[in-house]
Amino acid sequence: MTSCKEVSDLLSTSLDTRLPVSRRIGLRFHLLLCKMCSRYQQQLKFLHRAATMYTERAPRPGDAVAVLTADAAQRLTQKIRESR
Amino acid sequence: MTALSDPDNWVAEHGDYLYRYAMMRVRDPAVAEDLVQETFLAALKARGSFSGKSGEKTWLVGILKHKLIDQVYRARNGMQVEDIALIADNFADRFDESGHWRAEIAQWSDPDLALEKDEFWRVFEACVERLPPRMARLFLLKEMDGLSGEELCKALDISTTNNVWVMLSRARMRLRDCLEANWFTGRGSGET
Repeated sequence: MTSCKEVSDLLSTSLDTRLPVSRRIGLRFHLLLCKMCSRYQQQLKFLHRAATMYTERAPRPGDAVAVLTADAAQRLTQKIRESR
Repeated sequence: MTALSDPDNWVAEHGDYLYRYAMMRVRDPAVAEDLVQETFLAALKARGSFSGKSGEKTWLVGILKHKLIDQVYRARNGMQVEDIALIADNFADRFDESGHWRAEIAQWSDPDLALEKDEFWRVFEACVERLPPRMARLFLLKEMDGLSGEELCKALDISTTNNVWVMLSRARMRLRDCLEANWFTGRGSGET
């Protein structure tokens, strides 16, 4: 039987690419019997969903990732003018 | 079919959006500003090839994406050593000799609620930042930009797609642990 250690990698990889049939069958069988790996799977899926949402989130005050400063905007405008 | 707007308005119109897009990935204001500048200048040059099929913003983001991948590629040199350590790491402490979990994977209470909280996103950002730099890059390029295995190999100069998957698996395990420690069992989640 596939070990939890292998399963943890397979669960991650199954988010990125299609696993070969034999791996998928081994994975499904393991998950049927293993509560810990099933939880881990739920948590990886949550992480995947969160990462996707993170991209689409509108900026909030206090975010580390902010907007252009007035100076930066000025510099960019200047550059565009010079290059036209 | 739409035409491009006056480039004089690009900064006002798209500057913040592009800057934020770049900042989420490179986390360095100077580098992000440079990337936005390169994007605008490349867009000026390529103005003639704008087909109008995808709006102006989408077109600019497409250019920025290429600039980002170039930037990752330029910054990649001498970093492969890190990969070897990351892959070899193999979660040695997470599993026992027979490959079973050493510690219990706890059930997280109401993870979907977390997604609605600003504080959760600050923890999320901090956890991504705590990853080794290349791992963070890899994770973001995959999850945010949807790069394929082959594209990730090329951008980060990783030898095989298999190594990409293994590094992503390590990245997710670390993020999972960090979120658990700082949100799901830490101060953030309980008190609502």
